[in-house]
Amino acid sequence: MEQFLAIIQAYTALGIGIIIGLGAIGACIGIGIMGSKFLEAAARQPELIPQLQGRMFLLAGLIDAAFLIGVAVAMFFAFANPLLAVLQA
Amino acid sequence: MAGASPTEYIGHHLTNLTAAVGAGPFWVVHVDSLIVATILGVICFGVMWRAASKASPGVPGRFQAFVEMVYEFVDGQVRDVFQGDRSFIAPLSLTIFVWVLFMNAMDLIPVDFVPTLLGLFGVHYFKAVPTTDLNTTFALSITVFFLIIFFSFKAKGTGGFLHELFTAPFGSHWALWIPNFLLNIIEFLAKPVSLAMRLFGNMYAGELVFLLIALLPWWAQWLPGAGWAIFHILIITLQAFIFMVLTAVYLAMAHEHH
Repeated sequence: MEQFLAIIQAYTALGIGIIIGLGAIGACIGIGIMGSKFLEAAARQPELIPQLQGRMFLLAGLIDAAFLIGVAVAMFFAFANPLLAVLQA
Repeated sequence: MAGASPTEYIGHHLTNLTAAVGAGPFWVVHVDSLIVATILGVICFGVMWRAASKASPGVPGRFQAFVEMVYEFVDGQVRDVFQGDRSFIAPLSLTIFVWVLFMNAMDLIPVDFVPTLLGLFGVHYFKAVPTTDLNTTFALSITVFFLIIFFSFKAKGTGGFLHELFTAPFGSHWALWIPNFLLNIIEFLAKPVSLAMRLFGNMYAGELVFLLIALLPWWAQWLPGAGWAIFHILIITLQAFIFMVLTAVYLAMAHEHH
C-alpha cells in the first residue's frame, strides 16, 4: 500500500515539474519574441506605440494563459491528487 | 488554521459553499460564487447607473469623469475590432469588463479573512473569488457563445449562416461540406471553452499561490505576498481586458461575411 502511494506521488511530482517547466519555457519564449518585436516596432515607429501597447498586453495575456492553466492543473494535482483516490477505494 | 496539514488547509479553502437544489450530485448550487457575484454586480452597476443617471452635459464631476473614462476606454477597444453599430456590443463589453474585474479583484482580499469572518457565524466553507469557480466563468462564456450564435443568425440570416457553416473555410464543393461543418463546430465550441478556461486557470493559479504563501511562517509572508499581489493586479486587469476584447472580437467575427 505504502509503496503504491510512494509510486503515485513520485510520478505525480515528476508530472507537475514537467507541466510547469515546459509551460514556463513556452510562455517565456513567446513573451520574449513578442516583447522584442514590440520594442523593435516601437523604435522604428514611435507614433504607433499607443496602438501597439494594447495589443501587446492582449497577446501577453493570451500567451500566458496556457501556462497559467497548466500551473492551475499542476497545483491541483499537488494538493488534491485525484489519482490517489484509487488507493482509498 | 493552525494544526491542519497543508493539503487540508488548501483543500478547505478551495471548497465551495454548496446548497442542493435537487437530487443527485449535479443539482448543486455554489452559493458563495452566486452571492459574491451578485453583490459585486449590484454594487458596480449600481454605482455606474448612478453616475449615468446624474450625468450632466456641463462640467462633469470627478466621479462622472471617471466613469466616462472607463466607458470610452472600452468603447475605443470595441471600435478597433468592430466597425458597425456598437449600441449593443459596447455596453456588453463594458458589463463584462467591469464585472469580471470586480470578481477577479476579490482575489486581493487576504485569503483567510472572509472564511475566518464567516466561520464565526457558522459558515464553514466560503470561496470569496467567483472567478476561481468554473461555474462562473462558464456561465459568462456560454452566454457569450449564445450571443455569437444569435448575432450570426441576425447578421447573415438563417440561410446565410447555414451556407457559411457548410462552405466557409475550404470552399463550396459538395465533398467539402462535411469537413467544413466539422471544423466550424469545433471552432464554435472552442470559443466558450477557451474563454472560460483561460479566466478560470489564471484566477485559480493565482489563488493557489496566495494560499501557498499563506502557509509560510508569518514573518516570511510579507515579501512574497506583496510581490505576488502586485503582479496579480496586472493579471486581474489583463484577464478582464482579454475576456472583454475577445468577446468583442468573436461578436465582430459573427458579423463578418465570408
